[in-house]
Amino acid sequence: MVRVLINVPKTAHRGEIIEIKVLISHPMESGQRRNEMGQPIARDIIHSFRCTYNNEVVLEAEFFPAIAANPFLSFFAVAEDSGTIVFAFVDDHGTEQVERAAIIVE
Amino acid sequence: MTRGVGRWLYLVASFVVLAAAAPVPRSGYTDASPATRSMQDDDSANPAFLWVKQGETLWSTSQDGGKSCADCHGAPASMRGVVARYPAFDAARSRPVTLEQRINLCRTEHQAAEKLEQDSDSLLSLSALVGLQSRGMPVHVQQDGPMQPFHDDGARLYATQMGQLNLSCHQCHDGLAGQKLAGSLIPQGHANGYPLYRLEWQSMGSLYRRIRNCLTGVRATPFSPDAPELVAIEIYLAGRAQGLVVETPAVRP
Repeated sequence: MVRVLINVPKTAHRGEIIEIKVLISHPMESGQRRNEMGQPIARDIIHSFRCTYNNEVVLEAEFFPAIAANPFLSFFAVAEDSGTIVFAFVDDHGTEQVERAAIIVE
Repeated sequence: MTRGVGRWLYLVASFVVLAAAAPVPRSGYTDASPATRSMQDDDSANPAFLWVKQGETLWSTSQDGGKSCADCHGAPASMRGVVARYPAFDAARSRPVTLEQRINLCRTEHQAAEKLEQDSDSLLSLSALVGLQSRGMPVHVQQDGPMQPFHDDGARLYATQMGQLNLSCHQCHDGLAGQKLAGSLIPQGHANGYPLYRLEWQSMGSLYRRIRNCLTGVRATPFSPDAPELVAIEIYLAGRAQGLVVETPAVRP
């Protein structure tokens, strides 16, 4: 489990454009570095990210080794209904982590 | 007569120059790029808050001795103002202690827990959480009284030329501040935002890590993490930063 900071407004008006911000704690090891013994350090990055809002995909992204450590994503969505925004990402170990944020639309 | 006036004018002029050269403390924030500044301004974009979040978990986690930080101190908000006056003099030990040392003293004396290693994620998390509580407060670390000898030590070290490059802190961070070193701006070197997230490190780091970097940069042997010299330098730096506010946890390039 990695630490994730999610910033989604708790409430929004119907039709309002909301900003979603996600900060994920991850080393994003590129796989191109070597350790002090000269051996390559295995690649360890989050390679795919998906954000859904009431099961509708808002953003789907593939990441590559040039992404910095602790990636930060900021994107927009239109608030249509109250519900859950789900963030799911998979790293090179095959571990999937899912985080949720609730939003109330008035 | 004319010569006398000239000399007098020269004296006045040199005083004016001296007054103008008196350093106004300038935070590294002011010199950072707009992108870096906006990262620091927005808590949800500031990667250091990943550590703060971990710090919140650690704050309320019971240690081996059964006590958590929260059991004695209550909410982290009770730490407001602490980092603004640290390092502070500890009368029982007759020496000043830094915030990191204080956290470790708490652990060994009251929590029956192991010391946390310098620059470990846990220590950075706790010091970032405690530091955050003082954000926006003026840096105000005692420099006189019992702190005087330690301040003087720090001042001496700050002006001591070290390493194969034979440079002192003073030469770069006072004399050449505002100019460039290998394309990067030389800041005045104020320590008002530590522990901070450094983009170059892609991680959080303490003031110790920063000083170690500078020392290896001038090809000197860095101080060991528990060296009293580091505490002295930290005290002197805090005195120099008088007039700035605590920015912990800051973001720097």
